Amino acid sequence: MTASTAAGAPRTLFGGKRTGDFVFSRLTGGFALLVVLAISAMAVEMALASLPTLSAFGASFAVGTVWDPLHRVFGALPFVWGTVVSSLLALLIAVPVSLGVAVYLSELATAWQRDVLGFLVEMLAAVPSVVYGLWGAFALAPWLRSSLEPWLAQHFGFLPWFQGPSQGFGMLAGGIVLSIMILPTISSVSREVLRAVPASLREGALALGATRSEMVSLAVLPYARSGLIGAVLLGLGRALGETMAITMVIGNRAQISSSLFAPSYTMASVIANEFTEATGELHLAALAEMGLLLFLVTVCLNILARLLVARVGRPIEGGRL
Amino acid sequence: MRERFGLRRFVDRVVRGACLLATVLALLPLVSVLAFVVVRGIGGLSVAFFTGLPKPVGEPGGGMAHAIVGSLEIVGLACLFGIPAGVLAGIHLAEFGGTRFGRFVRFSADVLSGVPSIVVGLFVYALVVARAQRFSAYAGALALAILMLPTITRSTEELLRLVPESLREAALGLGVPPWRATLRVMLRTALPGIATGVMLAVARAMGESAPLLFTALNNRGWARTPNEPTASLPVNIYTYATSPYTDWHQQAWAAALVLVTLVLCLSIVARVLVRRGAG
Repeated sequence: MTASTAAGAPRTLFGGKRTGDFVFSRLTGGFALLVVLAISAMAVEMALASLPTLSAFGASFAVGTVWDPLHRVFGALPFVWGTVVSSLLALLIAVPVSLGVAVYLSELATAWQRDVLGFLVEMLAAVPSVVYGLWGAFALAPWLRSSLEPWLAQHFGFLPWFQGPSQGFGMLAGGIVLSIMILPTISSVSREVLRAVPASLREGALALGATRSEMVSLAVLPYARSGLIGAVLLGLGRALGETMAITMVIGNRAQISSSLFAPSYTMASVIANEFTEATGELHLAALAEMGLLLFLVTVCLNILARLLVARVGRPIEGGRL
Repeated sequence: MRERFGLRRFVDRVVRGACLLATVLALLPLVSVLAFVVVRGIGGLSVAFFTGLPKPVGEPGGGMAHAIVGSLEIVGLACLFGIPAGVLAGIHLAEFGGTRFGRFVRFSADVLSGVPSIVVGLFVYALVVARAQRFSAYAGALALAILMLPTITRSTEELLRLVPESLREAALGLGVPPWRATLRVMLRTALPGIATGVMLAVARAMGESAPLLFTALNNRGWARTPNEPTASLPVNIYTYATSPYTDWHQQAWAAALVLVTLVLCLSIVARVLVRRGAG
């Protein structure tokens, strides 16, 4: 890139830095620094805010099962459980569907199908979280309570996951809403990854007489595998940190239950619900530590995911996916 | 041999069918959500909804004028903070981004874009609200600006990189200083695409509620200045939906209809812009 030389050495023929160029590069550089500052300040502020509980409870914070702000007992395990299980459930539903969407849109669909359906899948990402929550609470949860959960209990009731009363609001509702919200993330990153697969691989497979689906499974998917795993991890990162929609449907009860029908609670939800009404400094710090944990986990997932996606070829487009 | 091909063709059809089915399945929730929002929300829309303030609990009627204005105010302030910062940072990455610093900024932007929005809310609470001892539209706008920043930065960078270098060389050949060539030629050429990236970021920020919970908080009436707790549509939808009153639920649906209309219009216009630019 020719412009990169502008950063250091003077560019004018007769020596001396042009002030305008110098000021311009420093000014824009200052705003670029702002991005770095934002993420570093975030790490520092979150760590500082959670110091009181870090020093008071240490590792027992993460394994304690009792959350009782009135008696200053803070165990985060039920929230960790709710977050992890609801996110995994979301992946279980969203991964096959979104990979199907990505394969269909990038390998099988005609041009106009790709335009129209691709546009609609992107619209799925544009609907605000709180609107999914509203829909989940007033449309999905009643349907789960009256139809899906009784049906599951009747036919698969021998499994521990489908036992207990049908309540609508609970882990299952949370997982379903999360899966809808991460689906566009996974499918759009997967489409980018599939687009980076060299066309010669496809042509080679087709020339050898493969059908379209054989081409996908034998030539395209193996090449794209690490990128697709990256796409799934980006989806997981979104699911772990998703707040409003899941707060409105998961039932918000801190408990560890094997049943998917039972209410649960996530880390993000407890922050949303209790932060403004926190009783005392320790409670605030406990919620901040929960936020710190979420921050660290999602940052690590994100880095790993982007490394995996970059291995397939073209780096994915930046921004909130 | 023929039979074997028949089997392979059958498998191919099944796989194609399954992928198409997955796509249809993925779109079902979109249809269902939009249908529910329109059907349940349209009954709650009235002139009073757009002009009135909430009535005391138990009294029917009332509106969300303060939340609509509040949302626009917070998002407007967020644009004021976030768009110039994001575009200038993006220019730096595109023009001077080959350095180690550039790679680090890019990495930070990518990481920042994966941070959950509730954590950004907590951060701004600790940074601003706890220090100033008050919730305000400014704090809410700062949280939204931080969420917008990485998207705008990276999309600005990428669109600037798409502009042919020959344009810059032509300008430089005419004796234009490099910084002016960047602003007047490169940036101007990339502007429609950058506008799309910005609009998508704004649409996303408009629908965010988690980062506003502890920054802008909420307000049952008008906020006189941006330095006071300010109501917003997403937070009001949450508050009303989780309340026990059916009358409030109706209002939540109406607010959701307004919010979805705003957000979808912004994202659709942004995407149409892209298509026109590409075609």
